[in-house]
Amino acid sequence: MHHVILGAGPAGVTAAETLRKHAPDAQITLVSGEPEPPYSRMAIPYLLEGKIGEAGTHLRQTDGHYDAKRIAYKQGPVSKVDTSAKALTLNDGSTLAYDKLLIATGATPVRPPVSGLDLPGVHTCWTLDDARHIAELAKPGVPVVLVGAGFIGCIILEALAKMGVKLTVVEMGDRMVPRMLDEVAGNMLRRWCEEKGVKVVTGAVVESISPAGGAQPKPAPEAAAPTPEPKRPGFFARLFGAKSETAPAPAQATGFAEEAPGFAGAPENGLTVTLKDGQKLPAALVVVAAGVKSNIGFLDGSGIDTGRGVKVDAFHETSIKDVYAAGDVAEGINLSTGHNDMLAIQPVAVEHGYIAALNMCGVATRHRGSLNMNVLDTLGLISSSFGTWEGVEGGSRATMVDEKANRYIRLEFDGDRLIGAQCVGLTDHIGMLRGMIQTHLPLGKWKDKLMESPARIPEAYVAVVQSAPQVGPTGPKVALPA
Amino acid sequence: MGWTGKILRIDLSKGTVKTEPLNMDWADKYLGQRGLASKYLVEEIDPKTDPLGPDNKVIFATGPLTGTCASTGGRYSVITKGPLTGAIACSNSGGYFGAEMKFAGWDMVIVEGAAAKPVYLTIFDDDVQIRDAGDIWGKSVWETDKWIKAAHQDPMIHVATIGVSGENAVLYSCVVNDLHRAAGRSGVGAVLGSKNLKAVAIRGTGGVSVKDPKEFLKATKAGKKVLKDNAVTGQGLPTYGTQVLMNVINEAGAMPTRNGRDVQFESAGDISAEAMAEPRRSDGHPNLLTNQACFGCTIACGRISKIDETHYTVQNKPEYWHASGGLEYEAAWALGSATGVKDLEALTYANFICNEQGLDPISFGATVGAAMELYEDGVITSETTGGIELKFGSAEALTRCVELTGKAEGFGKELGMGSARLTAKYGRPELSMTVKSQEFPAYDPRGIQGMGLTYATSNRGACHLRSYTVASEILGIPEKTDPLATEGKAGLVKAFQDATAAVDSSGLCVFTTFAWTLEDIAPQVDAACKGDWSVEKMLEVGERIWNMERIFNNKAGFTAKDDRLPERLMKDAAKTGPAKGLVATVDKMLPEYYDLRGWTSEGVPTNETLERLAV
Amino acid sequence: MLKALVIDPGKCTGCKQCEMACSLENEGVFNPSKSRIRVFDFHEDARFVPYTCTQCDEAWCQQACPVNAITTDAMGVKVVHDNLCVGCKVCTIACPFGTVNYNASTGKVIKCDLCGGEPACADACPTDAITYRDVEQSGYDKMKVWATRTSAGTESHGPNTPA
Ligand SMILES: Cc1cc2nc3c(=O)[nH]c(=O)nc-3n(C[C@H](O)[C@H](O)[C@H](O)COP(=O)(O)OP(=O)(O)OC[C@H]3O[C@@H](n4cnc5c(N)ncnc54)[C@H](O)[C@@H]3O)c2cc1C
Ligand code: SF4
Repeated sequence: MHHVILGAGPAGVTAAETLRKHAPDAQITLVSGEPEPPYSRMAIPYLLEGKIGEAGTHLRQTDGHYDAKRIAYKQGPVSKVDTSAKALTLNDGSTLAYDKLLIATGATPVRPPVSGLDLPGVHTCWTLDDARHIAELAKPGVPVVLVGAGFIGCIILEALAKMGVKLTVVEMGDRMVPRMLDEVAGNMLRRWCEEKGVKVVTGAVVESISPAGGAQPKPAPEAAAPTPEPKRPGFFARLFGAKSETAPAPAQATGFAEEAPGFAGAPENGLTVTLKDGQKLPAALVVVAAGVKSNIGFLDGSGIDTGRGVKVDAFHETSIKDVYAAGDVAEGINLSTGHNDMLAIQPVAVEHGYIAALNMCGVATRHRGSLNMNVLDTLGLISSSFGTWEGVEGGSRATMVDEKANRYIRLEFDGDRLIGAQCVGLTDHIGMLRGMIQTHLPLGKWKDKLMESPARIPEAYVAVVQSAPQVGPTGPKVALPA
Repeated sequence: MGWTGKILRIDLSKGTVKTEPLNMDWADKYLGQRGLASKYLVEEIDPKTDPLGPDNKVIFATGPLTGTCASTGGRYSVITKGPLTGAIACSNSGGYFGAEMKFAGWDMVIVEGAAAKPVYLTIFDDDVQIRDAGDIWGKSVWETDKWIKAAHQDPMIHVATIGVSGENAVLYSCVVNDLHRAAGRSGVGAVLGSKNLKAVAIRGTGGVSVKDPKEFLKATKAGKKVLKDNAVTGQGLPTYGTQVLMNVINEAGAMPTRNGRDVQFESAGDISAEAMAEPRRSDGHPNLLTNQACFGCTIACGRISKIDETHYTVQNKPEYWHASGGLEYEAAWALGSATGVKDLEALTYANFICNEQGLDPISFGATVGAAMELYEDGVITSETTGGIELKFGSAEALTRCVELTGKAEGFGKELGMGSARLTAKYGRPELSMTVKSQEFPAYDPRGIQGMGLTYATSNRGACHLRSYTVASEILGIPEKTDPLATEGKAGLVKAFQDATAAVDSSGLCVFTTFAWTLEDIAPQVDAACKGDWSVEKMLEVGERIWNMERIFNNKAGFTAKDDRLPERLMKDAAKTGPAKGLVATVDKMLPEYYDLRGWTSEGVPTNETLERLAV
Repeated sequence: MLKALVIDPGKCTGCKQCEMACSLENEGVFNPSKSRIRVFDFHEDARFVPYTCTQCDEAWCQQACPVNAITTDAMGVKVVHDNLCVGCKVCTIACPFGTVNYNASTGKVIKCDLCGGEPACADACPTDAITYRDVEQSGYDKMKVWATRTSAGTESHGPNTPA
């Protein structure tokens, strides 16, 4: 039995390992789309910040991990799938036969309809290769425009800010992370970012990116060009340096942001980002994070049913027998809705990879669905969201907002069960929110307590899960003599 | 190390919050908590100041072992000039509040002045704010606790607050933290009330470190073993709580009963620890649910009780159907024996209300006892009491009184003055069972002579916790002495007073001394704190503290004349029990005591003494 | 045989010695807010519940970690490797028991690792509400029932559990 896995991201690697565990004798080939060891996209921001080196992004940390597990690692990408012949064609023209196939090719960033995306200095932030380019350009103090403040955009925002660049972020929606956080939370984040010196432009669309100079009304005086102001980079680096919690008071940081639009001295290949409303933003680097689309192009003609991603059943098998799909590329079941959906997050990719692999090696495993959840650290302000945070009709909602303290909790219930939540400024025990939602935990009287005081989530969870024994009182507890 | 080295100074008149370093020279001489905060107080206020005026200060103070893994290392004290007594007041409390204060980074919080409008204080680590308490003024302790946690959306906040009684200057109102632990005596709650300070809310996320973690672990571990292996701290207290004493003291004929008319309560068995654990006839459940520890405590003597839902006190009041702090011995005695009431559920209810509204159950119960005697003697009538038939033994009268006093309404206002002022008002001061206007607790000096001297000389007015000679005279800890004898008691009292002052300054609970001596405690302090903390030094610190408190009181106007017991104890002999025919003979012991202390016959520390102790 | 922390809330008095012991062991100071074990106080029900990681077989945290910073050791303990952890916090939302917490002062996460086989909390507990013993004889499966119900698949073994 030859299992072939396309894509060496978390979904693919998890699948390969699970296969090995359950099918000790099978042949397993993991095909990668990039000339790197299997790595985690999620770790890229931390690579940029310098928290880890490239090796730190690798999905597995022990030497010879794949060899030891007899997982053959092959350089792709694959350009064609022939499901009737059960064979793949790789980019170099070679072919590979499979008995069972897993498509875990993930996603790629979409390219918004903006002219100038191909200019040098414009990058997505998706692969290790992207990261290397960004690292070259994102030097302390240089102006950088980030297009998109969605979930991934915000993660990149954090990295760029920590790198000490002078950052402007442009978001089409009316607030930051519109798909993960509501207005209250999104605006909290925005205010926070602005206080930390990041310029945030929402409700704005980028029209074009052009080389500076021609399009630039007035080139900056020569002297001011290379480094905007001698002291700034150091300051900014310190501001968002190693320890984010030591960031100085907001007041100290603001002046910086106000000057940003006036900056004109981008290095040689400086760029100008022009917004629909005519606003022009100078940039030495433009990072585009405007959403992603599944990597399904190479499946054309394979007969595999696709929508936005690859369609799968509850066992993660595609419309073609022996072909499975997992991760960002697959439309797996969303636990909250019961429908197939794209949940492009790391934990879901792992779940998919795991379940698909079990089914591939004959351990029939139905997927009950994955919970959509995110956690985001934006310059030290931590937010998270879980499940159906928008709530449902006929459900009830508990909220608490403390704008001053940057704390926010919103809980959504259906009956006495939690179905969604979002938090700002809260990190202790937040996994319990997942536990509550995913186990459909009936909260009983604790729901009322949470309606009154949403911050009592941890108590509620422990109280319900570890409910008192139904026998009578326990009586005094006495230390047993030694 | 041990100490955080930082104190907060809040001026409510000016609305300012300042921080300052802890005076480490003083820390070396007075250790912490009771001693150290008293030092700050005596240096900073005029002893003659009006306790309820803006010039009085109130200090929340932890000890160096508060917030460590030392067993019982969670205590804090409230230090101020007490309105009930006019003497220095230091009321000690457990729960979790004290440790939280350390984790927030503060050894002490000194509150000065008075706010123009009701305020409460939030201390969230370094973020300290004086906030408007308009929404909680007039609310109970329990409501306030809940409100603050909800308002700040943090269930991990610990709150110390006053009830309605404290707002209304009930002279024995206390500061209650964690719902049912209280800095109980001398009316410290009324001082907060006079400053318009409703509550202090603390959340701390920092750490407390010690000088030598390894040694500290070793010393605290050894200490815990001693507590565990000791019959009282290892078995008696966790199983029965302090209520273990009810039958013991009653049998010793040292249970002041019906305002001190008797020394034995015929119904003691009905309100004892054993009774609390017995399934009730009404609902088959015992009154006592379980025990609870304060922060860091490996003894866990706290009682958690639930009132019978069908009992008349709570019949249609589901808000009292949950578990809460149950009867401790002193409360059971004051609410029960002192008033002659034997209805355990009624006592538990009264105790709940004391917690809910912030009343010291000792002074409250004893004052009701005195009022009952006034009533039975016909000095006051149901007209005075607003219709309450204030007879000894009436549970209804007791529970009505506690409701009224908790809210400072009607006759409750008069009860709120304390028994000294109440009986004086009606021309019968001899019916007040007080020393320095503070009601004495559950041990009758006729049956335990050492306690007579304890009460008479206690620096905060009558109190058992300043030198608990009961340990020696009844329980034989550290060694047995004859409760009916007076010889040697002066020395015993002094030794207990000094040692207790040191323990009260460390962050530890005085109940540990059922098993621990300073030999067990000093190594723990020594491993935690900078400097050299031997047993001798601890004793010296204790003696220094005692003299410092005494000088303050002397300057406040107290003299040897105030070191005396209520007449009844000196004149009316015990009618029953082992002490039958005996009166309290404190006069015999006092001169010896003054002498041992190095005080003049007027009870004033001599210059020599002061020099020796470097007060 | 695998040993586990066995927690019996019925024996807990709420003294928090476990939190003290844990924070001293792991942080060098007494600091309950950094303790890996937490005692929940349900005062109205007169109940205290010590709560920490059960080292569940599913290892939600380990699965979710993008950089392999959480691994399972020979004793089945899920251990965070500080040198690898990038502080992304994905494990803190992935753990359905909420027992992985973010420590803002280090930028990494903290969770119970059984102190390498000698859990300080169990040692410090005065009433044996927390003990460390062979799992077979424990009533510890209670929480694991919930773990199974949280499972995305139907099988209760995660991809990274030791084979
Ligand atoms: C900067 C950044 C930050 C992120 N932060 C978070 C976060 O904080 N939390 C979170 O949950 N998620 C985060 N994500 C998303 C997360 O990384 C993805 O959900 C996850 O990587 C999906 O895993 P996957 O295995 O499905 O796909 P991928 O990780 O995208 O892996 C796909 C693999 O397939 C290969 N491939 C593509 N096409 C082919 C082909 N034709 N043939 C062969 N191989 C091919 C690719 O080279 C790659 O190796 C982040 C992503 C990025 C880019
Ligand atoms: S926070 Fe650290 S341990 Fe947790 S998932 Fe991220 S990298 Fe892994």
